[in-house]
Amino acid sequence: MSKRILIVGGGLAGTITANGLCRQLGGALGKGEVSITMLGNTDQHMYQPGLLYIPFGAMRETELFRDQRKVLDRRVNFLLDPATNIDVDGNKVECQSGKSISYDYLVIATGSRIVPEEIPGMAEGAHWFYDLDGARKMRNALAEFDGGKIVVNVNAPHKCPVAPLEISFMLHHHLAKRGLADKTEITYTYPIGRLHALEPVAHWTSAEFDKFGIKSETFFNAKSVDPAAKTIESEEGSTLPYDLLVTIPPHRGAEVIEASDLGAGGWVPTDRYSLNREGSTNVFVVGDTTNIPISKAGSTAHYEADTLVDNLASLVLEGRTARPYDGKVFCFVETGMDTGTYVWFNYETPPNPGPPSKMIHWSKLAYNRLYWLSARGLL
Amino acid sequence: MTTTTIDARGSYCPGPLLELIAGLKLIEIGDEIEVWSSDMGSVKDIPEWVAKVGHEMGETVEQDGYWSLRIRKSK
Repeated sequence: MSKRILIVGGGLAGTITANGLCRQLGGALGKGEVSITMLGNTDQHMYQPGLLYIPFGAMRETELFRDQRKVLDRRVNFLLDPATNIDVDGNKVECQSGKSISYDYLVIATGSRIVPEEIPGMAEGAHWFYDLDGARKMRNALAEFDGGKIVVNVNAPHKCPVAPLEISFMLHHHLAKRGLADKTEITYTYPIGRLHALEPVAHWTSAEFDKFGIKSETFFNAKSVDPAAKTIESEEGSTLPYDLLVTIPPHRGAEVIEASDLGAGGWVPTDRYSLNREGSTNVFVVGDTTNIPISKAGSTAHYEADTLVDNLASLVLEGRTARPYDGKVFCFVETGMDTGTYVWFNYETPPNPGPPSKMIHWSKLAYNRLYWLSARGLL
Repeated sequence: MTTTTIDARGSYCPGPLLELIAGLKLIEIGDEIEVWSSDMGSVKDIPEWVAKVGHEMGETVEQDGYWSLRIRKSK
């Protein structure tokens, strides 16, 4: 009987998994021994890291999108039908259309979403670039900005942990080019007692911020925003005035995870090595959806998906898994509009960022294009 | 009162304290979180933040290669 693989979610993790499985299971797919179905929320695949460039006009919106069906291997049965309930005991997923789809193996790749509305006043008083609408509004606000106080506020949890640093550096360089550096004060706030979760990155950032005159306040978790007074207050009792508030809003996992009672906050308890949902042998979790204590980032999703492809293909063909996920994460870090660096680490190896260079910046710009090969499982 | 365990051992990013901050948003006042951290820095920075915000710090126990820190959500 044909083995049915069902992937819920068409973001980077789900797409790499689907395409990778097609490559490894080509023979079995051809013989009808395996089927791969994906349930998606949208027929457009978005390159999310590109949103960082939208407020500065450094990428066009059209560059961020491709037709999901064209990004996917044609052997994937893609259904534009969002999952509404995931029944891991019954091995089936219910969809918005009313369909119920049974599976032998399930991959949950439902991702994360921003929830600025969870902090009073934030949705009304802040700007962000973590979705297209927000990035557009921030672009407009930045165009009108003619100097004053900018607060870059970071909340937990959030995905792409280097993006708050990147936006700070890019804001500085962008405003300097417009001749507004002397009229602008940028203050970066971070939830814990240093400037970044990664200690070496925090040390490096501190020196870079000093170089550019970017101020900072640590132990700052947003409690509320007062859009009329233009202030942001922290749980720790600090209040900062702003003319332009750029926030990294708190995140949650997908609503379907909470609706299906699969994990608080939408994060599914997941074995950090096997990527199995805890308590399931035929359910796997990849990307932001896991509760694994590592960065929620595109590269995490990519390396997890690579591992899962090997394991799931081995499971289907040979009845065994191939290898554990080693916790690998690799992130480019834009350190301005024309330089960059990178960090990588895994469960055993701490990160150690090198000095910024133009070459690394160009590598990131190249990756912004090469992403589509990643999504197709070719890179 | 319920207790949620966050196994943040080996976590460089986001790290134990950020995991705790995120976890506290998902529990009720009076509930507790037990954070497991293999980073000795957590023994200092978690109590520091907990005191600053006004939650309640419970016991910290050194286990075999990691620390277990208990925090009660107070507000």
